[in-house]
Amino acid sequence: MSATLIAQVAIGGLLMGLVYAVVAAGLTLIFGLMDVVNFAHGALLMVAMYATLLIHRATGLDPLVQLPLVALLLFGAGVVIYRGLIARTLSVRVNAGMVQIFVTFGLSIFLVGAAEFLFGSDFQSINASFLGGRSLAFGAIILPWPLVASGIVALLVFLGLFLLSRTEFGHALEATREDHEAVALIGIDRDRVFGIGWGIGTASVGIAGVMLANFYYIAPDVGTNFALIAYVTVALGGFGSIFGALIAGLIIGLVEALTALFIDPALKQIGIFLIYLAVLMIRPRGLFGHL
Amino acid sequence: MSLERPLLETRRLFAHYRGLAALHGLDLAIAPGEIVAVVGANGAGKSTLLRAIAGQVAISGEIFFDGAPIAGLAPHRISRLGIALVPEGRRLFPRLAVEDNLRLGAYARRGPERFRPLDLVFELFPRLRERLRQRAETLSGGEQQMLAIGRALMTAPRLLMLDEPSQGIMPRLVDDIFAAIARIRAGGVTILIVEQRLAETLAIADRAYVMQTGRIVLAGAAGAIAGNEEVRRAYLGM
Ligand SMILES: Nc1ncnc2c1ncn2[C@@H]1O[C@H](COP(=O)(O)OP(=O)(O)OP(=O)(O)O)[C@@H](O)[C@H]1O
Ligand SMILES: [Mg+2]
Repeated sequence: MSATLIAQVAIGGLLMGLVYAVVAAGLTLIFGLMDVVNFAHGALLMVAMYATLLIHRATGLDPLVQLPLVALLLFGAGVVIYRGLIARTLSVRVNAGMVQIFVTFGLSIFLVGAAEFLFGSDFQSINASFLGGRSLAFGAIILPWPLVASGIVALLVFLGLFLLSRTEFGHALEATREDHEAVALIGIDRDRVFGIGWGIGTASVGIAGVMLANFYYIAPDVGTNFALIAYVTVALGGFGSIFGALIAGLIIGLVEALTALFIDPALKQIGIFLIYLAVLMIRPRGLFGHL
Repeated sequence: MSLERPLLETRRLFAHYRGLAALHGLDLAIAPGEIVAVVGANGAGKSTLLRAIAGQVAISGEIFFDGAPIAGLAPHRISRLGIALVPEGRRLFPRLAVEDNLRLGAYARRGPERFRPLDLVFELFPRLRERLRQRAETLSGGEQQMLAIGRALMTAPRLLMLDEPSQGIMPRLVDDIFAAIARIRAGGVTILIVEQRLAETLAIADRAYVMQTGRIVLAGAAGAIAGNEEVRRAYLGM
């Protein structure tokens, strides 16, 4: 096995890891903010991918051009999900955690079912995109542009989240996550912060969806596997830690790619779930968690 | 004392925790510019009273702030009207820096003047200015209390409610905090304070209410309550 091949696979794994990291960032942001695990996160990735596909078919707009549009759409979806569903579970007195699980799980079932009903369960893809089919060569290492671009966009998302955390709203977000009763004492509307938090979390997964639509198949259950990986990423990075999601995403992308290369492509997820077990046993709070 | 137009007034205020009443029909009134103390044994309902005014517990009855009804408003709306609470346990944002805790106090206000109260905060508590970039969780207990009061001042309140500001603080710092409270009132802010330290509190207060099991059992000038031996024995367990 050549060093070039290993390097190429490793870099490809890291790039895919950045996409995993963005999906996980949205999940961990919402979890950190209000202790709600969004079981519809994968379904929202799927929604973003179909949105990209449909807009592409209807208007011919390239996925890259659609990026801000779909991100905004998913932001709105996040706010609506918070206002329409999650906010109502906050006043539940008994077993609120269970209720939240059922609500987001139910939403997931609904969205996947609706996609099956509307588009059937066949795999679809965007065949002619600006990035599609192009690749980038560094000497003998050849990387497909859609993947490279996904990695770049993912890094931009993390840069955006970092810059956001330094703004006044970012501080309000952090304050709300630390003590959502105390923020009311200084006039901060907790519901508004939660709603925007959901918006940002789902916009992140939306951006991942658009970039994946460039090169990945689109089907109603496409989000399931990504969501599973995202849960592992969040656990590895530390619940609620955005930076942790970034590092964990990279690790998971790398491990997945190298497992596929050295052991067997069919077993590529075994490495990921071994990591998950190791985290649970050795460091349950994850790499950067502060529970 | 003129209470013709109180800044804050409660009428038959009840509060409940899961059906259990913690306040039994409280009537109280605070005139603009007063320092009013609420004293009473543990569990009397003092914290509940402050939380009820701040909108943090379910209540029935009426509360008027500057003549307008505020019962039932969301807590962040009550805060924006000019009522600040420095709660039991301080409730700072531990992982945010001192400066960010303070600035967030002005988050809901707009305009170029909104960080003006910082001057007063630094004048009252110069130690905070030296620790601006430190995380709130790394402050000493006394400094945390200063920060909690500072954060409340950043909301530019007209009524400042303090729940046991001396708790867990060494005596010398307690003096500083009481001095700061007197200074804050001198700046035109009305104060409602709950405290265990009777002597110091009644020394700066104009009036006091004595609470017992969710009721007001005595009200009067701070001096009269401070000097009343029977009150001290019966209601304050001293
Ligand atoms: N969250 C709560 N749930 C149920 N009961 C509560 C709650 N908070 C307070 N209570 C009850 O309400 C009553 C009044 O409590 P409160 O905290 O107002 O007393 P307090 O006068 O502030 O006492 P302390 O001097 O110990 O601070 C107590 O009997 C207390 O057990
Ligand atoms: Mg109390």
